[in-house]
Amino acid sequence: MIQIEGVSRTFAGRRGGEPVEALRNLSLTVADDQTVAVVGASGCGKTTLLELICGLQRPDAGTVYSPPAALMPQRDLLLPWLSALDNAGLALRVAGFARQRARDQVQPWFERFGLSGFEQARPYELSGGMRQRVAFLRTLLAGKPVLALDEPFAALDALTRAEMQGWLSQALAEERRTVVLVTHDVEEAVLLGDRVVVLSPRPGRVVADIAVAARRPRQRTDAAVVELRARALAALGVPA
Amino acid sequence: MRRWLLPVLAILILLGIWELYVTLSGVDSLVLPSPHAVLSALIDDRGTLWDNLKPTAAEILCGIALAALIGVLSAVLLHFSGMARRALYPPLVASQAIPIVILAPLLVVWLGFGLLPKLIVIALVCFFPIVVTTLSGLQAVDPDLIKLLRTFDSSRRQTFWRVELPSALPGLFAGAKLAAVLSVVGAVFAEQAGSSSGLGNLLEVTVANLETAEAFATVFVLAAFAILLFALLTLAERRALPWVYRQRETPTR
Repeated sequence: MIQIEGVSRTFAGRRGGEPVEALRNLSLTVADDQTVAVVGASGCGKTTLLELICGLQRPDAGTVYSPPAALMPQRDLLLPWLSALDNAGLALRVAGFARQRARDQVQPWFERFGLSGFEQARPYELSGGMRQRVAFLRTLLAGKPVLALDEPFAALDALTRAEMQGWLSQALAEERRTVVLVTHDVEEAVLLGDRVVVLSPRPGRVVADIAVAARRPRQRTDAAVVELRARALAALGVPA
Repeated sequence: MRRWLLPVLAILILLGIWELYVTLSGVDSLVLPSPHAVLSALIDDRGTLWDNLKPTAAEILCGIALAALIGVLSAVLLHFSGMARRALYPPLVASQAIPIVILAPLLVVWLGFGLLPKLIVIALVCFFPIVVTTLSGLQAVDPDLIKLLRTFDSSRRQTFWRVELPSALPGLFAGAKLAAVLSVVGAVFAEQAGSSSGLGNLLEVTVANLETAEAFATVFVLAAFAILLFALLTLAERRALPWVYRQRETPTR
Protein backbone atom coordinates (compact mmCIF):
# COMPACT_ATOMS: atom_id res chain seq x y z
CA MET A 1 0.00 0.00 0.00
CA ILE A 2 1.22 3.48 -0.84
CA GLN A 3 0.54 6.11 1.81
CA ILE A 4 1.21 9.75 1.14
CA GLU A 5 0.26 12.16 3.88
CA GLY A 6 0.31 15.93 3.86
CA VAL A 7 3.17 16.14 1.41
CA SER A 8 4.54 19.50 0.25
CA ARG A 9 7.39 20.04 -2.17
CA THR A 10 8.84 23.34 -3.29
CA PHE A 11 11.70 23.86 -5.75
CA ALA A 12 14.11 26.74 -5.49
CA GLY A 13 13.59 29.21 -8.31
CA ARG A 14 16.13 29.35 -11.07
CA ARG A 15 18.65 32.15 -10.73
CA GLY A 16 16.87 34.14 -8.08
CA GLY A 17 13.41 33.58 -9.56
CA GLU A 18 10.36 32.80 -7.44
CA PRO A 19 10.46 29.37 -5.82
CA VAL A 20 8.04 26.93 -7.46
CA GLU A 21 5.60 25.16 -5.17
CA ALA A 22 4.87 21.86 -6.92
CA LEU A 23 2.76 20.10 -4.29
CA ARG A 24 0.92 21.45 -1.25
CA ASN A 25 -0.44 19.26 1.52
CA LEU A 26 -1.20 16.34 -0.78
CA SER A 27 -2.54 13.10 0.68
CA LEU A 28 -3.16 9.94 -1.27
CA THR A 29 -3.53 6.27 -0.42
CA VAL A 30 -3.26 3.52 -3.01
CA ALA A 31 -4.27 -0.02 -2.06
CA ASP A 32 -2.23 -3.01 -3.24
CA ASP A 33 -2.92 -4.09 -6.82
CA GLN A 34 -4.94 -0.96 -7.44
CA THR A 35 -4.45 1.22 -10.49
CA VAL A 36 -4.74 4.90 -9.69
CA ALA A 37 -4.79 7.37 -12.56
CA VAL A 38 -3.65 10.85 -11.58
CA VAL A 39 -4.83 13.62 -13.90
CA GLY A 40 -4.09 17.30 -13.84
CA ALA A 41 -3.02 20.21 -15.99
CA SER A 42 0.58 20.43 -17.19
CA GLY A 43 2.96 21.40 -14.44
CA CYS A 44 0.72 20.46 -11.53
CA GLY A 45 3.39 18.37 -9.88
CA LYS A 46 2.42 15.00 -11.32
CA THR A 47 5.98 14.02 -12.13
CA THR A 48 7.11 15.22 -8.69
CA LEU A 49 4.49 12.94 -7.16
CA LEU A 50 5.87 9.95 -9.06
CA GLU A 51 9.44 10.77 -8.12
CA LEU A 52 8.42 10.95 -4.47
CA ILE A 53 6.85 7.51 -4.76
CA CYS A 54 9.98 6.17 -6.45
CA GLY A 55 12.20 7.64 -3.76
CA LEU A 56 13.99 9.89 -6.25
CA GLN A 57 13.00 12.95 -4.19
CA ARG A 58 12.24 13.66 -0.56
CA PRO A 59 9.24 15.74 0.51
CA ASP A 60 9.81 19.06 2.31
CA ALA A 61 6.93 18.24 4.64
CA GLY A 62 4.70 15.23 5.21
CA THR A 63 5.49 11.56 4.77
CA VAL A 64 5.68 9.22 1.81
CA TYR A 65 5.52 5.50 2.32
CA SER A 66 5.72 3.24 -0.69
CA PRO A 67 6.96 -0.26 -1.46
CA PRO A 68 9.82 -0.25 -3.99
CA ALA A 69 8.65 1.33 -7.24
CA ALA A 70 9.98 1.17 -10.79
CA LEU A 71 9.60 4.16 -13.09
CA MET A 72 8.46 4.26 -16.70
CA PRO A 73 9.41 7.70 -18.02
CA GLN A 74 7.45 9.68 -20.55
CA ARG A 75 9.84 9.02 -23.42
CA ASP A 76 10.81 5.42 -24.00
CA LEU A 77 14.57 6.14 -23.54
CA LEU A 78 15.50 2.77 -24.99
CA LEU A 79 19.25 2.33 -25.42
CA PRO A 80 20.05 2.52 -29.14
CA TRP A 81 22.97 0.09 -28.93
CA LEU A 82 20.90 -2.74 -27.44
CA SER A 83 18.39 -5.02 -29.15
CA ALA A 84 14.74 -4.82 -28.08
CA LEU A 85 15.22 -8.00 -26.05
CA ASP A 86 18.26 -6.65 -24.20
CA ASN A 87 16.54 -3.30 -23.61
CA ALA A 88 13.59 -5.07 -21.99
CA GLY A 89 16.01 -7.05 -19.82
CA LEU A 90 18.00 -4.01 -18.64
CA ALA A 91 16.71 -4.17 -15.07
CA LEU A 92 17.56 -7.88 -14.91
CA ARG A 93 21.10 -7.21 -16.12
CA VAL A 94 21.47 -4.44 -13.55
CA ALA A 95 20.28 -6.90 -10.90
CA GLY A 96 23.16 -9.17 -11.86
CA PHE A 97 21.58 -11.68 -14.25
CA ALA A 98 23.93 -13.09 -16.89
CA ARG A 99 23.13 -12.00 -20.42
CA GLN A 100 21.65 -15.29 -21.57
CA ARG A 101 19.63 -15.78 -18.41
CA ALA A 102 18.14 -12.31 -18.76
CA ARG A 103 17.21 -13.05 -22.36
CA ASP A 104 15.57 -16.34 -21.37
CA GLN A 105 13.50 -14.46 -18.80
CA VAL A 106 12.40 -11.79 -21.26
CA GLN A 107 11.64 -14.06 -24.21
CA PRO A 108 8.22 -15.39 -23.05
CA TRP A 109 7.09 -11.81 -22.38
CA PHE A 110 7.85 -10.84 -25.95
CA GLU A 111 5.36 -13.46 -27.07
CA ARG A 112 2.75 -12.29 -24.58
CA PHE A 113 3.18 -8.64 -25.52
CA GLY A 114 2.99 -9.18 -29.27
CA LEU A 115 6.66 -8.44 -29.85
CA SER A 116 7.61 -11.85 -31.27
CA GLY A 117 10.01 -11.56 -34.17
CA PHE A 118 11.36 -8.22 -32.97
CA GLU A 119 13.75 -9.58 -30.33
CA GLN A 120 16.84 -8.56 -32.29
CA ALA A 121 15.43 -5.30 -33.65
CA ARG A 122 17.15 -2.09 -32.60
CA PRO A 123 14.92 0.60 -31.06
CA TYR A 124 15.02 2.75 -34.19
CA GLU A 125 13.56 -0.13 -36.17
CA LEU A 126 10.49 -0.36 -33.92
CA SER A 127 7.23 1.59 -34.22
CA GLY A 128 6.32 4.06 -31.48
CA GLY A 129 3.80 1.64 -29.96
CA MET A 130 6.30 -1.21 -29.91
CA ARG A 131 8.96 0.96 -28.30
CA GLN A 132 6.50 1.87 -25.58
CA ARG A 133 5.67 -1.79 -25.02
CA VAL A 134 9.37 -2.66 -24.70
CA ALA A 135 9.79 0.25 -22.27
CA PHE A 136 6.82 -0.95 -20.22
CA LEU A 137 8.20 -4.47 -20.18
CA ARG A 138 11.58 -3.15 -19.01
CA THR A 139 9.88 -1.45 -16.04
CA LEU A 140 7.63 -4.44 -15.32
CA LEU A 141 10.57 -6.87 -15.27
CA ALA A 142 12.33 -4.78 -12.64
CA GLY A 143 10.07 -6.88 -10.39
CA LYS A 144 9.01 -4.04 -8.12
CA PRO A 145 5.57 -4.17 -6.49
CA VAL A 146 4.75 -0.64 -7.65
CA LEU A 147 4.81 0.71 -11.21
CA ALA A 148 5.08 4.48 -11.63
CA LEU A 149 4.01 5.35 -15.17
CA ASP A 150 4.67 8.92 -16.26
CA GLU A 151 2.37 9.78 -19.20
CA PRO A 152 3.46 6.62 -21.00
CA PHE A 153 1.53 7.32 -24.20
CA ALA A 154 1.81 11.10 -24.45
CA ALA A 155 4.31 10.91 -27.32
CA LEU A 156 2.18 8.59 -29.47
CA ASP A 157 -0.29 9.52 -32.21
CA ALA A 158 -3.97 9.28 -31.28
CA LEU A 159 -4.62 5.98 -33.05
CA THR A 160 -1.62 4.20 -31.56
CA ARG A 161 -2.43 5.68 -28.17
CA ALA A 162 -5.95 4.23 -28.22
CA GLU A 163 -4.55 0.85 -29.19
CA MET A 164 -1.92 0.98 -26.45
CA GLN A 165 -4.48 1.96 -23.81
CA GLY A 166 -6.45 -1.19 -24.59
CA TRP A 167 -3.24 -3.19 -24.51
CA LEU A 168 -2.05 -1.79 -21.18
CA SER A 169 -5.45 -2.32 -19.59
CA GLN A 170 -5.26 -5.99 -20.54
CA ALA A 171 -1.63 -6.35 -19.52
CA LEU A 172 -2.38 -4.90 -16.07
CA ALA A 173 -5.42 -7.16 -15.68
CA GLU A 174 -3.17 -10.18 -16.25
CA GLU A 175 -0.22 -8.93 -14.23
CA ARG A 176 -1.64 -7.28 -11.15
CA ARG A 177 0.56 -4.58 -9.70
CA THR A 178 0.06 -1.43 -7.74
CA VAL A 179 0.10 1.21 -10.43
CA VAL A 180 0.25 4.98 -10.28
CA LEU A 181 -0.39 6.30 -13.77
CA VAL A 182 0.09 9.97 -14.38
CA THR A 183 -1.63 11.45 -17.42
CA HIS A 184 -3.14 14.66 -18.72
CA ASP A 185 -5.69 12.68 -20.72
CA VAL A 186 -8.90 12.32 -18.70
CA GLU A 187 -10.30 9.65 -20.98
CA GLU A 188 -7.14 7.57 -20.59
CA ALA A 189 -7.46 7.92 -16.82
CA VAL A 190 -11.05 6.66 -16.84
CA LEU A 191 -10.27 3.81 -19.22
CA LEU A 192 -7.30 2.51 -17.22
CA GLY A 193 -7.81 3.47 -13.59
CA ASP A 194 -9.64 1.79 -10.75
CA ARG A 195 -9.66 5.32 -9.37
CA VAL A 196 -9.16 8.70 -10.94
CA VAL A 197 -7.46 11.29 -8.77
CA VAL A 198 -7.76 14.87 -10.00
CA LEU A 199 -5.01 17.32 -9.03
CA SER A 200 -5.45 21.08 -8.93
CA PRO A 201 -3.14 23.37 -10.92
CA ARG A 202 0.13 24.21 -9.17
CA PRO A 203 0.56 23.79 -6.27
CA GLY A 204 -0.99 20.38 -6.76
CA ARG A 205 -3.41 18.90 -4.26
CA VAL A 206 -6.23 16.39 -4.62
CA VAL A 207 -9.49 18.07 -5.67
CA ALA A 208 -11.45 14.93 -6.61
CA ASP A 209 -11.08 11.20 -6.06
CA ILE A 210 -13.45 9.28 -8.31
CA ALA A 211 -13.92 5.50 -8.08
CA VAL A 212 -14.32 3.86 -11.48
CA ALA A 213 -16.53 0.83 -11.06
CA ALA A 214 -17.18 0.24 -14.78
CA ARG A 215 -16.48 -3.28 -16.03
CA ARG A 216 -13.38 -4.02 -18.15
CA PRO A 217 -12.64 -3.98 -20.97
CA ARG A 218 -13.97 -0.47 -21.15
CA GLN A 219 -14.82 1.34 -24.34
CA ARG A 220 -14.52 5.08 -24.60
CA THR A 221 -18.17 5.13 -25.74
CA ASP A 222 -19.51 3.27 -22.65
CA ALA A 223 -22.10 5.40 -20.85
CA ALA A 224 -20.28 5.00 -17.52
CA VAL A 225 -16.95 6.06 -19.07
CA VAL A 226 -18.51 9.10 -20.70
CA GLU A 227 -20.20 10.12 -17.45
CA LEU A 228 -17.04 9.71 -15.34
CA ARG A 229 -15.01 11.58 -17.90
CA ALA A 230 -17.44 14.51 -17.61
CA ARG A 231 -17.13 14.38 -13.80
CA ALA A 232 -13.35 14.39 -13.90
CA LEU A 233 -13.31 17.25 -16.42
CA ALA A 234 -15.70 19.21 -14.21
CA ALA A 235 -13.33 18.68 -11.27
CA LEU A 236 -10.52 20.02 -13.44
CA GLY A 237 -12.68 23.07 -14.12
CA VAL A 238 -13.22 22.29 -17.78
CA PRO A 239 -16.81 22.59 -19.06
CA ALA A 240 -17.80 19.20 -20.51
CA MET B 1 30.93 7.55 -56.38
CA ARG B 2 29.81 11.16 -55.90
CA ARG B 3 31.38 11.18 -52.45
CA TRP B 4 34.85 10.65 -53.89
CA LEU B 5 34.37 12.73 -56.98
CA LEU B 6 33.73 16.02 -55.22
CA PRO B 7 36.85 16.27 -53.00
CA VAL B 8 39.07 14.97 -55.82
CA LEU B 9 37.63 17.57 -58.17
CA ALA B 10 38.17 20.33 -55.63
CA ILE B 11 41.83 19.34 -55.19
CA LEU B 12 42.38 19.13 -58.96
CA ILE B 13 40.95 22.62 -59.49
CA LEU B 14 43.17 24.01 -56.71
CA LEU B 15 46.24 22.33 -58.22
CA GLY B 16 45.31 23.69 -61.65
CA ILE B 17 45.10 27.27 -60.36
CA TRP B 18 48.41 26.77 -58.56
CA GLU B 19 50.15 25.40 -61.66
CA LEU B 20 48.74 28.21 -63.78
CA TYR B 21 49.91 30.84 -61.33
CA VAL B 22 53.45 29.47 -61.15
CA THR B 23 53.71 29.28 -64.94
CA LEU B 24 52.25 32.72 -65.66
CA SER B 25 53.93 34.70 -62.86
CA GLY B 26 57.35 33.16 -63.41
CA VAL B 27 57.87 32.94 -59.65
CA ASP B 28 61.17 31.34 -58.58
CA SER B 29 60.78 27.60 -57.92
CA LEU B 30 62.69 28.07 -54.65
CA VAL B 31 59.89 30.31 -53.45
CA LEU B 32 56.94 28.36 -54.82
CA PRO B 33 57.44 25.13 -56.75
CA SER B 34 54.78 24.14 -59.26
CA PRO B 35 52.58 21.11 -58.56
CA HIS B 36 54.30 19.07 -61.25
CA ALA B 37 57.69 19.81 -59.66
CA VAL B 38 56.28 18.63 -56.32
CA LEU B 39 54.92 15.53 -58.03
CA SER B 40 58.30 14.67 -59.55
CA ALA B 41 59.93 15.25 -56.14
CA LEU B 42 57.38 12.82 -54.69
CA ILE B 43 58.30 10.22 -57.28
CA ASP B 44 62.08 10.78 -57.18
CA ASP B 45 62.29 10.79 -53.40
CA ARG B 46 59.73 8.06 -52.76
CA GLY B 47 62.34 5.87 -51.06
CA THR B 48 63.45 8.62 -48.67
CA LEU B 49 59.86 9.68 -47.99
CA TRP B 50 58.78 6.12 -47.23
CA ASP B 51 61.76 5.51 -44.92
CA ASN B 52 60.98 8.71 -43.01
CA LEU B 53 57.24 8.07 -42.92
CA LYS B 54 57.76 4.84 -40.97
CA PRO B 55 59.19 6.34 -37.74
CA THR B 56 56.79 9.29 -37.90
CA ALA B 57 53.80 7.01 -38.37
CA ALA B 58 54.95 4.87 -35.43
CA GLU B 59 55.30 7.95 -33.21
CA ILE B 60 51.88 9.22 -34.23
CA LEU B 61 50.10 5.92 -33.68
CA CYS B 62 51.71 5.36 -30.28
CA GLY B 63 51.08 9.01 -29.35
CA ILE B 64 47.38 8.80 -30.23
CA ALA B 65 47.02 5.52 -28.35
CA LEU B 66 48.66 7.07 -25.30
CA ALA B 67 46.50 10.20 -25.63
CA ALA B 68 43.34 8.10 -25.95
CA LEU B 69 44.22 6.11 -22.86
CA ILE B 70 45.05 9.16 -20.74
CA GLY B 71 42.19 11.15 -22.27
CA VAL B 72 39.50 8.57 -21.50
CA LEU B 73 40.82 7.95 -17.99
CA SER B 74 40.90 11.70 -17.30
CA ALA B 75 37.39 12.18 -18.67
CA VAL B 76 36.10 9.40 -16.41
CA LEU B 77 37.87 10.90 -13.39
CA LEU B 78 36.47 14.37 -14.14
CA HIS B 79 33.02 12.87 -14.70
CA PHE B 80 32.96 11.03 -11.38
CA SER B 81 34.46 13.72 -9.20
CA GLY B 82 33.10 17.24 -9.17
CA MET B 83 36.09 18.23 -7.09
CA ALA B 84 38.53 16.86 -9.67
CA ARG B 85 36.58 18.70 -12.39
CA ARG B 86 36.83 22.02 -10.61
CA ALA B 87 40.44 21.47 -9.61
CA LEU B 88 41.84 20.00 -12.83
CA TYR B 89 39.92 21.55 -15.70
CA PRO B 90 41.79 24.89 -15.56
CA PRO B 91 45.27 23.26 -15.57
CA LEU B 92 44.09 21.01 -18.42
CA VAL B 93 43.14 24.05 -20.45
CA ALA B 94 46.42 25.72 -19.49
CA SER B 95 48.35 22.69 -20.75
CA GLN B 96 47.02 23.48 -24.22
CA ALA B 97 48.37 27.00 -24.09
CA ILE B 98 51.96 25.78 -23.77
CA PRO B 99 53.63 26.57 -27.11
CA ILE B 100 54.84 23.24 -28.47
CA VAL B 101 57.67 25.06 -30.27
CA ILE B 102 59.13 25.94 -26.85
CA LEU B 103 58.30 22.70 -25.12
CA ALA B 104 59.61 20.28 -27.75
CA PRO B 105 63.31 21.33 -27.55
CA LEU B 106 63.09 21.42 -23.73
CA LEU B 107 61.82 17.85 -23.71
CA VAL B 108 64.77 16.87 -25.89
CA VAL B 109 67.12 18.46 -23.36
CA TRP B 110 65.39 16.67 -20.49
CA LEU B 111 64.71 13.29 -22.08
CA GLY B 112 67.11 12.94 -24.99
CA PHE B 113 66.58 12.09 -28.63
CA GLY B 114 64.54 8.93 -28.15
CA LEU B 115 60.88 8.16 -28.71
CA LEU B 116 59.68 9.44 -25.34
CA PRO B 117 59.85 13.24 -25.91
CA LYS B 118 57.98 12.79 -29.22
CA LEU B 119 55.30 10.70 -27.60
CA ILE B 120 54.84 13.34 -24.93
CA VAL B 121 54.45 16.15 -27.46
CA ILE B 122 51.98 14.19 -29.60
CA ALA B 123 50.01 12.98 -26.59
CA LEU B 124 49.90 16.50 -25.20
CA VAL B 125 48.27 17.96 -28.31
CA CYS B 126 45.99 14.94 -28.80
CA PHE B 127 44.58 14.20 -25.40
CA PHE B 128 42.75 17.49 -24.88
CA PRO B 129 40.10 17.06 -27.61
CA ILE B 130 39.59 13.49 -26.43
CA VAL B 131 39.02 14.59 -22.82
CA VAL B 132 36.62 17.36 -23.78
CA THR B 133 34.45 15.36 -26.19
CA THR B 134 34.40 12.22 -24.04
CA LEU B 135 33.52 14.17 -20.91
CA SER B 136 30.68 15.99 -22.63
CA GLY B 137 29.41 12.63 -23.90
CA LEU B 138 29.48 11.20 -20.37
CA GLN B 139 27.65 14.20 -18.99
CA ALA B 140 25.04 14.43 -21.73
CA VAL B 141 23.15 11.28 -20.69
CA ASP B 142 19.44 12.01 -20.30
CA PRO B 143 18.72 12.66 -16.59
CA ASP B 144 15.44 10.75 -16.91
CA LEU B 145 17.45 7.68 -17.93
CA ILE B 146 19.57 8.02 -14.81
CA LYS B 147 16.38 8.27 -12.72
CA LEU B 148 14.98 5.17 -14.40
CA LEU B 149 18.14 3.23 -13.55
CA ARG B 150 18.01 4.46 -9.97
CA THR B 151 14.56 2.93 -9.60
CA PHE B 152 16.14 -0.31 -10.85
CA ASP B 153 18.61 -0.01 -7.92
CA SER B 154 21.47 0.46 -10.34
CA SER B 155 24.77 1.28 -8.67
CA ARG B 156 26.90 4.17 -9.85
CA ARG B 157 29.23 1.64 -11.47
CA GLN B 158 26.44 -0.21 -13.25
CA THR B 159 25.03 3.04 -14.59
CA PHE B 160 28.47 3.97 -15.86
CA TRP B 161 29.17 0.72 -17.69
CA ARG B 162 25.69 0.11 -19.04
CA VAL B 163 24.64 3.62 -20.04
CA GLU B 164 27.14 6.41 -19.62
CA LEU B 165 30.19 4.85 -21.26
CA PRO B 166 28.34 3.61 -24.38
CA SER B 167 26.68 7.03 -24.67
CA ALA B 168 30.11 8.68 -24.61
CA LEU B 169 31.58 6.57 -27.43
CA PRO B 170 30.44 8.87 -30.27
CA GLY B 171 32.12 11.75 -28.41
CA LEU B 172 35.28 9.72 -27.97
CA PHE B 173 35.43 9.07 -31.71
CA ALA B 174 34.84 12.74 -32.51
CA GLY B 175 37.74 13.64 -30.22
CA ALA B 176 39.96 10.95 -31.70
CA LYS B 177 39.34 12.28 -35.22
CA LEU B 178 40.38 15.77 -34.13
CA ALA B 179 43.39 14.27 -32.37
CA ALA B 180 44.42 12.32 -35.47
CA VAL B 181 44.77 15.51 -37.46
CA LEU B 182 46.51 17.44 -34.67
CA SER B 183 48.93 14.56 -34.06
CA VAL B 184 50.58 15.13 -37.43
CA VAL B 185 51.42 18.74 -36.58
CA GLY B 186 52.65 17.64 -33.15
CA ALA B 187 54.92 15.01 -34.68
CA VAL B 188 56.55 17.58 -36.99
CA PHE B 189 57.33 19.94 -34.11
CA ALA B 190 58.66 17.08 -31.99
CA GLU B 191 60.96 15.82 -34.73
CA GLN B 192 62.24 19.24 -35.70
CA ALA B 193 63.31 19.75 -32.09
CA GLY B 194 65.61 16.79 -32.06
CA SER B 195 65.59 13.83 -34.36
CA SER B 196 67.68 12.27 -37.08
CA SER B 197 64.79 10.69 -38.95
CA GLY B 198 61.11 11.15 -39.64
CA LEU B 199 59.15 13.44 -41.91
CA GLY B 200 59.54 16.36 -39.50
CA ASN B 201 63.28 15.97 -39.64
CA LEU B 202 63.16 15.67 -43.43
CA LEU B 203 61.12 18.87 -43.57
CA GLU B 204 63.71 20.62 -41.41
CA VAL B 205 66.54 19.49 -43.69
CA THR B 206 64.85 20.22 -47.02
CA VAL B 207 63.71 23.69 -45.94
CA ALA B 208 67.25 24.50 -44.74
CA ASN B 209 68.67 23.33 -48.09
CA LEU B 210 66.12 25.38 -50.03
CA GLU B 211 64.76 22.16 -51.58
CA THR B 212 61.32 23.66 -51.67
CA ALA B 213 59.72 21.07 -53.96
CA GLU B 214 61.00 18.27 -51.70
CA ALA B 215 59.64 20.09 -48.65
CA PHE B 216 56.24 20.40 -50.34
CA ALA B 217 56.34 16.70 -51.19
CA THR B 218 56.99 15.93 -47.51
CA VAL B 219 54.02 18.04 -46.47
CA PHE B 220 51.93 16.22 -49.05
CA VAL B 221 52.83 12.87 -47.47
CA LEU B 222 51.99 14.22 -44.01
CA ALA B 223 48.61 15.45 -45.24
CA ALA B 224 47.86 12.15 -46.95
CA PHE B 225 48.70 10.33 -43.72
CA ALA B 226 46.34 12.59 -41.76
CA ILE B 227 43.54 11.89 -44.23
CA LEU B 228 44.23 8.16 -43.98
CA LEU B 229 44.04 8.22 -40.18
CA PHE B 230 40.84 10.24 -40.28
CA ALA B 231 39.26 7.86 -42.79
CA LEU B 232 40.28 4.79 -40.79
CA LEU B 233 38.74 6.27 -37.64
CA THR B 234 35.53 7.09 -39.50
CA LEU B 235 35.41 3.52 -40.76
CA ALA B 236 36.06 2.11 -37.30
CA GLU B 237 33.33 4.33 -35.88
CA ARG B 238 30.81 3.05 -38.42
CA ARG B 239 31.77 -0.49 -37.50
CA ALA B 240 31.77 -0.02 -33.76
CA LEU B 241 28.75 2.29 -33.41
CA PRO B 242 26.32 1.30 -36.17
CA TRP B 243 23.37 2.79 -34.27
CA VAL B 244 24.75 6.31 -34.55
CA TYR B 245 24.56 6.22 -38.33
CA ARG B 246 21.45 4.11 -38.66
CA GLN B 247 19.54 6.46 -36.41
CA ARG B 248 20.52 9.44 -38.50
CA GLU B 249 19.48 7.75 -41.71
CA THR B 250 16.09 6.59 -40.41
CA PRO B 251 13.43 9.28 -40.31
CA THR B 252 12.05 8.72 -36.81
CA ARG B 253 8.79 9.78 -35.21
